[in-house]
Amino acid sequence: MADHQTYYVPEQSKWPIVATVGLGVTLYGAASIMVNGNQGESTGGSWFMFWIGALIMAYMLFGWFGSVIRESRAGLYSDQMDRSFRWGMSWFIFSEVMFFAAFFGALFYVRVFVVPWIGGEGDKGSTNMLWEGFQASWPLINNPDPQVYQGPKEVIGPWGLPLINTILLVTSSFTVTIAHHALKAGNRAKVKLWLAATIALAVVFMFVQGYEYAHAYGDLDLTLQSGIYGSTFFMLTGFHGAHVMLGTLMLFIMLVRIIKGHFTEDNHFGFEAAAWYWHFVDVVWLGLFVFVYVI
Amino acid sequence: MSSVADTHSQEHHHGPAKGISRWLLTTNHKDIGSMYLIFSFAMFLLGGSMAMVIRAELFQPGLQIVQPEFFNQMTTMHGLIMVFGAVMPAFVGLANWMLPLMIGAPDMALPRMNNWSFWLLPCAFLILVSTLFMEGGAPNFGWTFYAPLSTTYGPPSTTFFIFAIHIMGVSSIMGAINVIATILNMRAPGMKMMKMPLFVWTWLITAFLLIAVMPVLAGAVTMMLMDINFGTSFFDASGGGDPVLFQHVFWFFGHPEVYIMILPAFGAISHIVPAFSRKPLFGYASMVYAVGAIALLSFLVWAHHMFTVGIPLAGQLFFMYATLLIAVPTGVKVFNWVTTMFRGSLSFEAPMLFAVAFIILFTIGGFSGLMLAIAPADFQYHDTYFVVAHFHYVLVPGAIFGIFASAYFWLPKWTGHMYDETLAKTHFWLSFIGMNLAFFPMHFLGLAGMPRRIPDYALQFSDFNMVSSIGAFMFGVTQLLFLFIVVKCVRGGEKAAAKPWDGAEGLEWTVPSPAPYHTFSTPPEVK
Repeated sequence: MADHQTYYVPEQSKWPIVATVGLGVTLYGAASIMVNGNQGESTGGSWFMFWIGALIMAYMLFGWFGSVIRESRAGLYSDQMDRSFRWGMSWFIFSEVMFFAAFFGALFYVRVFVVPWIGGEGDKGSTNMLWEGFQASWPLINNPDPQVYQGPKEVIGPWGLPLINTILLVTSSFTVTIAHHALKAGNRAKVKLWLAATIALAVVFMFVQGYEYAHAYGDLDLTLQSGIYGSTFFMLTGFHGAHVMLGTLMLFIMLVRIIKGHFTEDNHFGFEAAAWYWHFVDVVWLGLFVFVYVI
Repeated sequence: MSSVADTHSQEHHHGPAKGISRWLLTTNHKDIGSMYLIFSFAMFLLGGSMAMVIRAELFQPGLQIVQPEFFNQMTTMHGLIMVFGAVMPAFVGLANWMLPLMIGAPDMALPRMNNWSFWLLPCAFLILVSTLFMEGGAPNFGWTFYAPLSTTYGPPSTTFFIFAIHIMGVSSIMGAINVIATILNMRAPGMKMMKMPLFVWTWLITAFLLIAVMPVLAGAVTMMLMDINFGTSFFDASGGGDPVLFQHVFWFFGHPEVYIMILPAFGAISHIVPAFSRKPLFGYASMVYAVGAIALLSFLVWAHHMFTVGIPLAGQLFFMYATLLIAVPTGVKVFNWVTTMFRGSLSFEAPMLFAVAFIILFTIGGFSGLMLAIAPADFQYHDTYFVVAHFHYVLVPGAIFGIFASAYFWLPKWTGHMYDETLAKTHFWLSFIGMNLAFFPMHFLGLAGMPRRIPDYALQFSDFNMVSSIGAFMFGVTQLLFLFIVVKCVRGGEKAAAKPWDGAEGLEWTVPSPAPYHTFSTPPEVK
């Protein structure tokens, strides 16, 4: 078949096994840190293990992505390969959506059912007898048992820093799109400018988020330990923040690759994947802003 | 073949590399499929030996062999290893071997990621099994790891267990992404979606379920991790959380998970029954829609595992009716398999024996599922041996017989040799009798009120438990025969033709047996 493009099946590769060792050592180290820490034992060896694993992971990421970039630039990838990458990235983002869905689901379940039930709403058997006098409210300032979980003094209102952060992230979604259009038009100076602007917005976002966390911990006593409000607040915003960091790293690598002259007008899926991820992070934030901060 | 890629990968068309590096560094879907299958069988024996400890302890009332604490570790590890280590990897192994052959693709879409998906599994299970040797012992809270048993009252090793689950999840998600990308993007020209073999269809839908629910499991164990180590109160009502929240999140994963373990078997059976009936499958399109319907419904039924925790009446009714609805598409499938056999030219080689047993016994498991789905009745059955009987009837003669049927069906293609038919039939009959002896009495025990997950029981349950243990040991020992049959088949035997089953259809039978190391480098044309 003359018109058939060969699908590139790579040679043997050491990266999967390096990645396995790296991930296994990192997570075994992380678990040891927690378990030994809880038992009051020394965690030095565990931290060492954790960092060794993390270094192996970093080495693997450079090496593996490096091979893929080299193969792509050598012209080994067909259009069909490009579609495999697109499907792969799309479904990866879908899996991330479902991960956040678990935490959003927990938030909704707690707000709509659990807290009112403990407060005596409905007739749910013994639930409302556990802590007589507990008043259901959201945000939950007074926990059912303040002896175990000391509630926060106050929670973070939506119209200060969170609103600024919303504006920052939504703007960054536009700037990354402008950069994408510039890349398609072949205007590389413009790509660099707007991609750098996107990264700058992301960095400011993370800085503001860090400031907000410091305020919550230092002034409001809003912590991971301050009951279910703090738990859902920090887990949702924290995982989102981690994804912002990852997305920023991806965009930064794309900037480096643009500066090195990678990508063409019609072949730049690496850039698009990073942009897709960035939009996903942005959409999750909009959900957070509405359901964690505003409502 | 004149593409640029070939000049870069000359060795690519040679055979496999020599030595251990072949397995560690491979990107070949057949090698990776074999590793998945071998790993899964090793885990099947490990999880099975834990079941033997359980059945030995339950042979008689009273405590004789193990302490209750260790018994709990055995029930927990048996469940986790069988679900995540034996059944799921076996189906991924079958997918790796067969999907590219069935759709005419040169390999899986993302071959290096494929190898990573596999190697994460031994890593995860190394961590999981190592918890047996840790201070405080292995996880002991059941494979469903309900909070607060697993959070407030769990052993220190729970944190290691959580990270092991995370690694398994990463492996499953990457494996599923690979399967979807392969099926959607790598089909031979002319193979429209509604021409895909059913094993391909069922795996497409299974992969979707995996990507949708494995992250939710990751969320559940992450909440546990935070509750245990960082003072959050997701599952602690004194901070405004709720232990029942755990059950909701877990079963939102858990119910689709049980379909993940059975849908690929549905697909394989839909190949085997027509092959040995020498008739095309009855109702192809309705089979596809039925699998789709089962998958969609699986997201709407999770709370039927939780009827007794105190969910509102409206919830009980919704989840009861939604669950009963699943019987409709499942009934369509059973009807179609039986109709395929109707007036067929039947023969009963080992794959067909397992397939027929699958249809009958899985239906029994389905019926006991309907009994459990009826909320008011479930108040009686909940947490008894009736539940154990139910899910072992769908998992052992369902998932595992499906895997055995597939293995015998495709062994000639994998090895180039026919397996020993007499031994295989012996394996079937011993497994069939052993498994029914082991699990059928559990229905009666459960209806009479014997609770699950206990090392001791009241005297009136003695006889059925003894029968059950004898059956379990019979089933367990028989699996060593399977190991022998497979090793014998790999080492030699009657040469297998490219298409050893005269009723079989599909692209996988157009390549020689054993399938060459690289197949379909040029895609075939499907008419």
